[in-house]
Amino acid sequence: MGLEEKLPSGFLLTTVEQAAGWVRKASVFPATFGLACCAIEMMTTGAGRYDLARFGMEVFRGSPRQADLMIVAGRVSQKMAPVLRQVYDQMPNPKWVISMGVCASSGGMFNNYAIVQGVDHIVPVDIYLPGCPPRPEMLMDAILKLHQKIQTSKLGVNAEEAAREAEEAALKALPTIEMKGLLR
Amino acid sequence: MSDTNGSNGVNPEKDLGASNLPGQRGEGGEEIRLQRGMFGANNGGDTSGYGGLVRSIRLPGPATRPYGGWFDEVADELEGALEEQGLVPENVIDRTVVDRDELTFHIEREYLLRVAQTLRDDPALRFELCTGVSGVHYPGDKGRELHAVYHLRSITHNRLIRVEVSAPDADPHIPSLVSVYPTNDWHERETYDFFGIVFDGHPALTRIMMPDDWQGFPQRKDYPLGGIPVEYKGAQIPAPDQRRSYS
Amino acid sequence: MSTSHASPRETTEGTVYTVTGGDWDEVVETAAKADDERLIVNMGPQHPSTHGVLRLILEMDGETVTEARCGIGYLHTGIEKNLEYRTWTQGTTFVTRMDYLTPFFNETAYCLAVEKLLGIEDQVPDRASIIRVLLMELNRLSSHLVCIATGGMELGATTIMIYGFRDRELILDIYELITGLRMNHAYIRPGGLAQDLPPGAVDQIREFVKKMKKNLPEYDKLATGNPIFKARMQDVGYLDLAGCMALGATGPILRSAGLPHDLRKAQPYCGYETYDFDVPTADSCDSYGRFLIRLEEMRQSLGIIEQCLDRLQPGPVMVSDKKIAWPAQLALGPDGLGNSLDHIKKIMGTSMEALIHHFKLVTEGFRVPPGQAYAAVESPKGELGVHVVSDGGTRPFRVHFRDPSFTNLQSMAAMCEGGQVADVIVAVASIDPVMGGVDR
Repeated sequence: MGLEEKLPSGFLLTTVEQAAGWVRKASVFPATFGLACCAIEMMTTGAGRYDLARFGMEVFRGSPRQADLMIVAGRVSQKMAPVLRQVYDQMPNPKWVISMGVCASSGGMFNNYAIVQGVDHIVPVDIYLPGCPPRPEMLMDAILKLHQKIQTSKLGVNAEEAAREAEEAALKALPTIEMKGLLR
Repeated sequence: MSDTNGSNGVNPEKDLGASNLPGQRGEGGEEIRLQRGMFGANNGGDTSGYGGLVRSIRLPGPATRPYGGWFDEVADELEGALEEQGLVPENVIDRTVVDRDELTFHIEREYLLRVAQTLRDDPALRFELCTGVSGVHYPGDKGRELHAVYHLRSITHNRLIRVEVSAPDADPHIPSLVSVYPTNDWHERETYDFFGIVFDGHPALTRIMMPDDWQGFPQRKDYPLGGIPVEYKGAQIPAPDQRRSYS
Repeated sequence: MSTSHASPRETTEGTVYTVTGGDWDEVVETAAKADDERLIVNMGPQHPSTHGVLRLILEMDGETVTEARCGIGYLHTGIEKNLEYRTWTQGTTFVTRMDYLTPFFNETAYCLAVEKLLGIEDQVPDRASIIRVLLMELNRLSSHLVCIATGGMELGATTIMIYGFRDRELILDIYELITGLRMNHAYIRPGGLAQDLPPGAVDQIREFVKKMKKNLPEYDKLATGNPIFKARMQDVGYLDLAGCMALGATGPILRSAGLPHDLRKAQPYCGYETYDFDVPTADSCDSYGRFLIRLEEMRQSLGIIEQCLDRLQPGPVMVSDKKIAWPAQLALGPDGLGNSLDHIKKIMGTSMEALIHHFKLVTEGFRVPPGQAYAAVESPKGELGVHVVSDGGTRPFRVHFRDPSFTNLQSMAAMCEGGQVADVIVAVASIDPVMGGVDR
């Protein structure tokens, strides 16, 4: 039928986007950004029993300049916020953020003067991970979902188009306060 | 409000020992707040029919001798040591409270440093370990709103006492104990950070927990909790300090 | 453009060069122009070799640290303020998140203080106290394991880290079985416990003790006699007894200076006076001594856990006072939530007063007579003290935690100044500060 059938064996066809996504997702370097309780669960995930190395994620980088994933693990205080943003700015593109735990995602139970009510006030978040703290399995699930997202992310013009669509969808979305119905 | 107290049969001054009244203990301690109504609801009306009820809440008052156990020994030694230094113990020790098996000396702030030095160095007292300072803000305790509470531990004699100092909101100065107990360095900075108590003589009294440019002292009672209302699907839940509550 | 990365600035302290990245050659060239070798390095608050978000400001002359200061507060959570807007029982959910490696110690210390205020210390059932001791000693193990594991990782010994987290997982499994959570349990409540041990818990703990007795010597084999480990740790982070007392350092730091001070022996709580255990000490005043003490404490903890298991007798785990104890004996329902169907049937069907009482106790909470109390426990890091003030209401008027990490971290400067920059890491690791506890 098409080109595929005329190829000699041992060849695979894919798009540049998929190839780039595949390469990217297989070598994500997380920056160590442990803050509180969740950081301990993050370390546990990297240790023996849960073994994050199975997903090529075990290389936690000390320097943000060598990392492309920031796992914000824990509550972000007002004093930490500028530091967090600076670390995020130092990371090279493309970069992703997992907001691990309810404190990082929304402030959680610490609804007070000291804690930033959601790290998305400071940096764009790709994956929100609930739990206090989330179990290591949940972190791995979040990482695998992020891998999926990286795999399907667009490049070049397509990326701009996707960003525009996301922006429009967000503008059209109903604010939570106007949502009706059961609380679930 | 004394008339209404009489009319509904509860007089906080007379019925202090009454066991049917919650939240009453000891006598003669400083009054820290007035509770109104049956459940002390902070907003909205009291539908219980006891809306006129007024009770004053007092902290445990000064104790009389004997204090019991080793408390008398410590008090005697401290008073004796102060007399040796030419001080009148009654002027130095505002009151001695014994409550819940704990001994508390309320010290006048100008003598705090000498008392701490005595407590640490006197061989019969020997409170070598200071476990830091805890600030408490009593807005209802007029003229002595800010309290600094020190817990001193004697490893030699295996004892623990509490030393309490107060300062008015208008003049929040308390002498620093860093020269006697260096461990209080960070503790005093923390208490300054949260309560605005200025510890005179501290080597570097700066903010420690909050950012350097923070406005206000967040753990004082007049500082709001600072929570934001939480929205979810048409519902809005106010921050914890804005909700109806009972005391 | 060399000055753009290390621009000099005149201050009252002399010329200060602010280095903000850029080409390293240029940085070195600019720094060489200064007339002295002083270099100020800012380590953290985000750094792999500090425990959490600790910021260290080191002034260095070559490799030697001449001055060291800590910057803390990057994890300040305002928990003490939050507690003032929750009931006394809800307080445990907050305090457990302070020092997140020692949740049971935070909860117990808080509950002991509240019980003291309520005057019900004597009414707490024996079984509750034994389970508290059991959980605290398990917690001492897991906290020391994390300390040794992360301390090893900061030295570059990744194997120790894998070992430590391997054994910690076994303890977390027990926690999960008993409390439902791996961390942040809120299991210990004023007056007793949230609920009794589930079936199978005792057997699993016995199994764990057996396994742990086999695993603990591995740390000895791997680290204790290891020449590299010893060379990195011995005589590093030196703090003698006078320094410890002045700086208020407690726990393994104080015991490594030779003073066998342990609140479990000195001012026993939860019935510790009836357990048979030793307080290990060292006389080396250094990081290695603290490491050995932690290892020995883990062995002692295993002994205490066994004693607890032998003592457990069936009985209540909450005070009998129905004005404090929550009415239901919680049982896990099919919805995964704790509901005792029998109790619901009773209060909904037969007793309106029970329903009102239940509702008021849960939503409004119980009142605590006015006054203040201080309760202290020996946490793995030292004296964990709680100062609680009540104004007679249903919510705490003030709760202050004297966290050992906070006080012990002050000794960092005394331990590090005059040493090598690489030893700073070892010294901080031997203090074992947990920033959640330091900043609260």
